[in-house]
Amino acid sequence: MTTTPRLRALTQHHLFWPVAVLVVLLLINVPFTPDFFSIKMTDGHLYGSLVSIVLFGSPLILVAVGMTLVIATGGIDLSVGAVVAITGALTCSYISDQSDQGALAGVFLAMGIGLVAAVVCGLWNGFLVARMGIQPIIATLIIMVAGRGVAQLITDGQIITINSEPYKLIGGGYWLTLPFSIFVVAAVVAVTVALTRKTALGLLVESVGGNAEASRLVGIRSRRIKIMCYVFCALCAGIAGLMISSNTSAADGNNAGLWIELDAILAVVIGGTSLLGGRFSIGGTVVGALVIQTLTTTIYTIGVPTQTNLVFKAAVVIVVCLLQSPKFRAKVFGNKFGPGKRTKGGDTTSTAPADAAPTTTAAPKMEVS
Amino acid sequence: MSTTTQPPKIQDSRTGTSRAAQLLGDRRLPVVVTATLFLAMYIVGLSRYQNYGFGEPQVFLNLFIDNGYLLVAAVGATFVILSGGIDLSVGSVIGFTTMLTAWLVEKQGLPILVVIPIALGVGAFGGFLMGYVIHNFEIQPFIVTLAGLFLFRGLCLVISKESIAIDDSSVSSMAQAQVQLGAGFLSIGAIVALVVLTAAFYILHYTRFGRRVYAIGGNEQSALLMGLPQGGTKIAVYTVSGFCSALAGLLFTLYIQSGDPLHATGMELDAIAAVVIGGTLLTGGSGYVLGTLFGVLVLGLIKSIIQFEGTLSSWWTKIATGVLLCAFILIQRAMTARGKT
Amino acid sequence: MAEPRPVLEMTGIVKEFPGVRALSGVDFRLFPGEIHALMGENGAGKSTLIKVLTGVYPLDGGTIALDGQPVRIDSPFQAQQAGISTVYQEVNLCPNLSVAENIFIGREPTRYGRIQWSRMRKEAAELVDRLGLDIDVTAPLSSYPLAVQQLVAIVRSVGTGDSDGAGAGTKVLVLDEPTSSLDRDEVLELFRLMRQLRDEGVAILFVSHFLDQIYEICDRMTVLRNGTLVGEHLVSELDQVGLIHLMIGKEMDQLEGLHEQQLHADVGEPLVKADGLGRQGGISPFDLEIKKGEVVGLAGLLGSGRTELARLLFGADQPDSGKVSIDGKQVSMSAPNDAIAAGVAFCSENRKTEGLVPDLTVRENIILALQASRGWTRPIPVAQRDELVAKYIKALDIRPANPEARVGQLSGGNQQKVLLARWLITQPKLLILDEPTRGIDVGAKAEIQKLVVSLSEEGMSVLYIAAELEEVLRLSHTIGVLRDRKLVAQLANGPEITPTRILETIASGEHQ
Repeated sequence: MTTTPRLRALTQHHLFWPVAVLVVLLLINVPFTPDFFSIKMTDGHLYGSLVSIVLFGSPLILVAVGMTLVIATGGIDLSVGAVVAITGALTCSYISDQSDQGALAGVFLAMGIGLVAAVVCGLWNGFLVARMGIQPIIATLIIMVAGRGVAQLITDGQIITINSEPYKLIGGGYWLTLPFSIFVVAAVVAVTVALTRKTALGLLVESVGGNAEASRLVGIRSRRIKIMCYVFCALCAGIAGLMISSNTSAADGNNAGLWIELDAILAVVIGGTSLLGGRFSIGGTVVGALVIQTLTTTIYTIGVPTQTNLVFKAAVVIVVCLLQSPKFRAKVFGNKFGPGKRTKGGDTTSTAPADAAPTTTAAPKMEVS
Repeated sequence: MSTTTQPPKIQDSRTGTSRAAQLLGDRRLPVVVTATLFLAMYIVGLSRYQNYGFGEPQVFLNLFIDNGYLLVAAVGATFVILSGGIDLSVGSVIGFTTMLTAWLVEKQGLPILVVIPIALGVGAFGGFLMGYVIHNFEIQPFIVTLAGLFLFRGLCLVISKESIAIDDSSVSSMAQAQVQLGAGFLSIGAIVALVVLTAAFYILHYTRFGRRVYAIGGNEQSALLMGLPQGGTKIAVYTVSGFCSALAGLLFTLYIQSGDPLHATGMELDAIAAVVIGGTLLTGGSGYVLGTLFGVLVLGLIKSIIQFEGTLSSWWTKIATGVLLCAFILIQRAMTARGKT
Repeated sequence: MAEPRPVLEMTGIVKEFPGVRALSGVDFRLFPGEIHALMGENGAGKSTLIKVLTGVYPLDGGTIALDGQPVRIDSPFQAQQAGISTVYQEVNLCPNLSVAENIFIGREPTRYGRIQWSRMRKEAAELVDRLGLDIDVTAPLSSYPLAVQQLVAIVRSVGTGDSDGAGAGTKVLVLDEPTSSLDRDEVLELFRLMRQLRDEGVAILFVSHFLDQIYEICDRMTVLRNGTLVGEHLVSELDQVGLIHLMIGKEMDQLEGLHEQQLHADVGEPLVKADGLGRQGGISPFDLEIKKGEVVGLAGLLGSGRTELARLLFGADQPDSGKVSIDGKQVSMSAPNDAIAAGVAFCSENRKTEGLVPDLTVRENIILALQASRGWTRPIPVAQRDELVAKYIKALDIRPANPEARVGQLSGGNQQKVLLARWLITQPKLLILDEPTRGIDVGAKAEIQKLVVSLSEEGMSVLYIAAELEEVLRLSHTIGVLRDRKLVAQLANGPEITPTRILETIASGEHQ
């Protein structure tokens, strides 16, 4: 394989692979749906596959953006699905108690209550992780388990349906010819980018996730940074919860946001942020979330039975993770794709690939038999 | 197990001389706490619902009958967690096994005795594959088993979107078989679960493989430097978990007599919660499979009590599980913090 | 002592890492029934040699022979099989298992696949007993202090290979800094065990930074410097001053002018005062005063407590005793934040683990400390940031002069300069440099030393730690001498202070 320097520079850009996967997925649709890329105007609203991909992917993008920051600090948040359910449940149950469900003040207050609950969940997670020093995966498991119970408690085990025009706007309404949720997503992404790149937050987060001890020694207050990230993640999940419940005009404590934490983590990983923490890319995450949503849409349009969706998703997870694994690249492609990635120990550097694989595996394998 | 005798000489500098600190340092403490909790809950149940038949021995035995599959799944999860890993695919493998079994028996007409080894083999192979990827490509167990979660749940749906009821007579006779036990009876599922528990106890405490699981969970780097085959052990651990999940799936099929693509959704959380409540450290290396039994029993008892209470809704189970989980995680934290000083 | 055939012979050992030749043709031999010290400063190649011997690193050249037979050692496991066991400073055992299990794991006595616990405990107890140790083998390893854990690791390595308890399996026992965190009684217990094993015919390779221990226990020593063999001596034939000379060596270069400059410089008011500052297991309580514009050098061997002293002054470790005041104000040193706020900066000797964030760019690494002190809400304005970064890249001649380069890809010298730039940008009052010249090329070494002098002229105080005495002598106004975790002397630099004088102070451990 001959790679010119420019091509090489392109393929090494951190967004190259996620975008390439997204483009390929989009193109696969064309033979099946020739007008896949066309966007029509009907009743003053824009319709089209691309619009609906963004629309349906909105909650996932929101959750994944929040998750990105948590993962960048070297953590993980499993509780976002439960937070989605709690926020939706609280907001809808408050609205449904109002005599006039369409009153703006009531709707805003309801949303406020829901988001405050989300923030409380985030504070709790952040407290356990940063103050108590509990592994993130374990700390956030608590709300993941208990949170759905709480959401059902709030809705009394029912699916609360509401009828509120203003609330419907967030997840199901249109504004300026586009679905309103696209604006919400755009706003949250813009705020996140501004928050992380226009202030020093992004730098400090990457530093904490990249080398915790060095960060301590330059005086970064990593506890605060971590707590902020968990709170922000929960807030994003809360907004996603509003969007989901608004879209269906209902709060379902049991099923709202089910598995969204897994999809979100997947989106972050596809977007090129390492689960080990450090460098993160909000843009990559958005692309990653779109890849997941496009995959769902594609499976639907090319006529593969929709139930295989999960199998495809599994395949994508595996392929993406294998491609990101330095060890896999070393074994399969030799050293071409993995230069400079391996550090520490210096034990596997600079031997011919044919030699490298056996020596790294020889020791453990010997005794297996 | 021996009692710790007072250490002589240099050991005088053994940390934590106060009784409380010593107690906190004992690895068996969490199991004792869980067992005590179980007893306390049982006694509370007895005093509150005695007139409703809570005291019947069968109520106690039903804990095993109703949670046998969870016990088996949790035993598998115990292996993985002891080794310092995590397996998120448990629930999906269970669901997949119910579908596969129902489909093979009902749609393909295979006898159940042929189907059982197939199902177990598929589960174990799935676990093996995940372990292989985790070890050989150094990808986090969390992500690999997440892919497993999607894959097996997806395969459920590929088999069928609808649930498949099992009317096969041999299956239903198996499901209804009762083993008389003095004042009550156990189902085949409960017996199998107890056998699995015993086998797991034996493997973990009396075989080299079992001790390697603990060693890897304690310090993987050390285990490697001590010359232990840490890769093979890791792969084996996930294979055991896959096998146990498949077996749990079979028991679940017997219990519920149908296959459904949404069966056992989220059961990995129940299994993990049972393991943690049973006193196994989620960071690996410390815990007892017996504790997992108590963890499952506590979760089961919560469900029973909520049923007996009548006015309490089912979601209190989740909340109670979460609260217990939190309490036990904090206890673990206190223990490990002490261990470090 | 008649010389029998060596049990281990390493000849012409070469080991290279990208850009560095860690070992260039080192010979090393080990006789049965001796305790052999491997001596050398940081970067001399001690740990590389041990890692080659124990199969952690593959060999780039040379041969290893055991009992006269050439062997290939590709993994720690193979080394163990060949009869070479290693006990590291950080105990590589499983703290969650019992002592008996730790001794036997991987080769537990079994019958029909069932572990025979009682037999295992009995054999473990016998083995421990035979070696004269008093350890309850059923207790979990974590219930014992590190010293005992280390003894258990030795018991395990001695027992490796066969289960009848005799030490026949292990021919070579490598002890890599086992004593660095033990107290005196614990060390004595370890030595007793080492002597017993030696008398049983085991060849022991011993690494320690404590000179007294070397002279107390070892029969023979090999000295390395800069990846080459300097000499092999009987301990009885080489005194401490001679040894330190061999380890540190002499390096005369073009920087002599700096020395004159420093000797004649004036220093100002007291800046930092430490009173009885100390930390158990780190450094005994010490008093230290650093004046404005003064360079205080710390001389002492690796492990003498020089890094520990620096870390206490920065709040990187919490002191158990004493207090620090800066500019007359007492500062609580509970975290680096406090020290930074008071104007202290610290470049760790471990650039990779405690300094750089390798995934971030040069620019981001440079502004990290300044940004951390401003908090996340007040980012440094882009123009000012780029100007500062460009200024320091230029001033320190960081190459490539590309602020966007990932810092992990820079050479050691440039990484060190990035860390210097990170702290200089914060304009500290006291700059602590822990081995800033370690592992970097000669040119960068000279630049960094010149920089220290000019900083001190501008009024910045510097605490300078270096393995090379000439460096310390050249730059310092005052020299603190450390030995065995104690600050034993503080000497005002002057014509009468020579490397020999300092070596004698280190060797004798007394103020003269």
